[in-house]
Amino acid sequence: MLFIATGAAAAVGTGATIWPFISQMSPDAATIAAGAPVEVDLSAIQEGAIVTVKWRGNPIFIRHRTAKEIEAAQKDDSARLPDPEPDAKRVQRPQWLVVTGVCTHLGCVPLGTAGNRGSYDGWFCPCHGSVFDTSGRIRQGPAPKNLPVPKYSFASDTKLVIG
Amino acid sequence: MNRLKTIALAAVLAAGALAMPLAAQAAGPAEKPEKLSWSFAGMFGKYDRAQLQRGFQVYRETCQSCHSINRLSFRNLMEKGGPEFSEAQIRALAAEYEIDDINESGESVKRKGRLADRFPKIYPNDEAAKAAQGAIPPDLSVMAKARGYERGFPWFIIDMLPGFTYQEHGVDYIAALLKGYTKPDEDKWNAYFPGNVIGMAKPLEDGRVEYTDGSPKTLQQYSRDVAAFLMWAAEPKMEERKKTGLRVMIFLFLLAGLLYFTKKKVWAGAH
Amino acid sequence: MSGPSTYVPKSALGRWFESRLPIMGLVHSSFIVYPTPRNLNYWWTFGGILSFMLVAQIITGIVLAMHYTPHTSMAFQSVEHIMRDVNWGWFIRYAHANGASMFFVAVYIHMSRGLYYGSYKAPREVLWILGVIIFLLMMATAFMGYVLPWGQMSFWGAKVITNLFSAIPYVGDSITVWLWGGYNVDNPTLNRFFSLHYLLPFMIAGVVVLHVWALHVVGQNNPDGIDIKDVKRDSLPFTPYATIKDSFAIVCFLILFAWFLFYLPNALGHADNYIDANPLVTPAHIVPEWYFLPFYAILRAIPSKLGGVIAMFGSIAILAFLPWIDRSKVRSAKYRPAFRTLFWAFVVVCIGLGYLGSKPAEGGYVIASQLLTAAYFGFFVVLFFLSAFEKTKPVPATIADAVLAKGGAPAPAHS
Repeated sequence: MLFIATGAAAAVGTGATIWPFISQMSPDAATIAAGAPVEVDLSAIQEGAIVTVKWRGNPIFIRHRTAKEIEAAQKDDSARLPDPEPDAKRVQRPQWLVVTGVCTHLGCVPLGTAGNRGSYDGWFCPCHGSVFDTSGRIRQGPAPKNLPVPKYSFASDTKLVIG
Repeated sequence: MNRLKTIALAAVLAAGALAMPLAAQAAGPAEKPEKLSWSFAGMFGKYDRAQLQRGFQVYRETCQSCHSINRLSFRNLMEKGGPEFSEAQIRALAAEYEIDDINESGESVKRKGRLADRFPKIYPNDEAAKAAQGAIPPDLSVMAKARGYERGFPWFIIDMLPGFTYQEHGVDYIAALLKGYTKPDEDKWNAYFPGNVIGMAKPLEDGRVEYTDGSPKTLQQYSRDVAAFLMWAAEPKMEERKKTGLRVMIFLFLLAGLLYFTKKKVWAGAH
Repeated sequence: MSGPSTYVPKSALGRWFESRLPIMGLVHSSFIVYPTPRNLNYWWTFGGILSFMLVAQIITGIVLAMHYTPHTSMAFQSVEHIMRDVNWGWFIRYAHANGASMFFVAVYIHMSRGLYYGSYKAPREVLWILGVIIFLLMMATAFMGYVLPWGQMSFWGAKVITNLFSAIPYVGDSITVWLWGGYNVDNPTLNRFFSLHYLLPFMIAGVVVLHVWALHVVGQNNPDGIDIKDVKRDSLPFTPYATIKDSFAIVCFLILFAWFLFYLPNALGHADNYIDANPLVTPAHIVPEWYFLPFYAILRAIPSKLGGVIAMFGSIAILAFLPWIDRSKVRSAKYRPAFRTLFWAFVVVCIGLGYLGSKPAEGGYVIASQLLTAAYFGFFVVLFFLSAFEKTKPVPATIADAVLAKGGAPAPAHS
């Protein structure tokens, strides 16, 4: 009985001592604070423009979509998509597309400048040729999933809060 | 054998006797600070939130004009174990500060502070500080741990014993120093600063800071509050440390007891 | 004691593995059935305590290295980052810093035990010398570790000690510049100290393995200084007897460690090390950590720079010659009353030197340091002559006799 009590106490003590050493590898307070939500002023982003903002170390694409781009995205809801997802599920307000700019294949940052948008007028990843559309969905190439949509909200019509 | 003993003892005593008179000489001309009682002292010490908030106010309104506190982040002021201001208060506070940043074109700009930012430096570098002030006002982030005073033998041993622990040399020194400008006609003379001539002119006096919680607006109160605040700034984890310490000590004593009886049982008959 | 073990694993898988890599047999013969003298007292638990502390320092150190930046512009800040932001960072940092002090408390007790009971005498000379090597490695590791936070004491302690090398004739200055990686203690010095500080503990671990191996070949000493003659009557198997006793001692030691870590975390350090290193401002009194103070006193006692360096290293090197300086056939001080007096005088001298090391090198302190340094080396001189002529008390015939004389019971039956 004494032996069991001692063994149990020693085990508890060892476990309690190991915990800080595991916990210290988790993000520290400064990293968590630096990863706090960022605010973006939308009034500066004209229609048709794409702006890149950094959050938690990743690029976030903010696209002020034109009516044509919205229409193209919604029309393709019924097309054959490698990762089917309706456009309405990917945006809170149709004219604002907010996606994480990290290709879901192996992590490169896709290009979205004029002439580099690929055949669906979205984004083109130069590393292995993945093509994304105006909803950020994967259309061609090796990427398996659509560009991820981060958590975001509208503090007002002109203020976007990412995170 | 006895002769050996005598020789050995004599040598040690001689060395000791020679060292004794020097003890007084080596202490230096600065006065020793008074040992004050602090809410955070001892095994069960905790910070006094109201005191830390007042101390921060003193820092903001007086010390901050010259002394940075660069290792502290704004968010620390709302975290547990410190002054525990509300998040709204600290968001507003942070926004009052200008933080260096780079805009999209790569140019240096100043933006409003956020929770995650550290308190900005007052001067961009030491040379600028010296040019502006005549001396370099040190950063205050760890000041309470960067100062102390000699207690001598046997006090430094007693200071480590349970029940007699005294680890607040730094805060006592700071509190004393702020009240140590005892020669009114020499504004850089301080009774507690080693060498007595200090680069900082008297920063605080009665009535300098408007307290809103009814605490006395006296130099005595200011010096204690800002010293306590600086202790927290240097050791924001102190409460967590002492709390964890209590649990660890209790556990270790229990485990030691269990192991003692286990050992006795295992060794029964073997001694 | 050494030789192929008698361990036969119970399972077929166990036997398959054991015939290819006999680790289980090694553990079995070294730490389970290994015959431990019955009369060991608690001074013998410090070997286990030291092993525990070495592992503790390595683990806390590796974890700290995940968050520390060894660059002069960021080192101090990275330590503050650990203390403030890293989860449990304050705990790991204080554990490592106070752990170093605890490590030296344990090692000084462990060495004193060896000195008192004659554990350095034949056939344990190599064991003792390996211990001196471990001690030197520990001192190097601790010195470099203290530089890493890049506080005022870190910088100026590094400056003072690395400057000592310039005392070497002809090549001194070149060696110092080579050590620094520049014309002063600066970033190259900090970087290489970090690398070496990470490396040396693993070298210590290696020498500890040799140390334990050397110990197991000749067997442990014991408070009476007599060999095991009859394994059954004079000794007990290491497990469970020594294992449980060492465990208890380790936990008691942890209580002392925890007391410092949680309630007096900066008591053994120096306030000046919370000031950023400044090459242009020298602290009023440069002092090393407490465990170096006696050697610091010896270093400053000799007026010549080279003489001081030689005396300081000599004070450690002379320990290696102890097995040949002490010529007495009797091992344990228990039966050597004259040596016992000399031993305690030596302890007082060492403590005195430690106190003087913390004082400025002025006035009466200088003469006192010189007297005590002479006394330190005098210990070895006196011992050389004393050991040949001292009167010793009669030594018991066997360990079992010694235990029974103290009122103990005969050894319990064991395989």
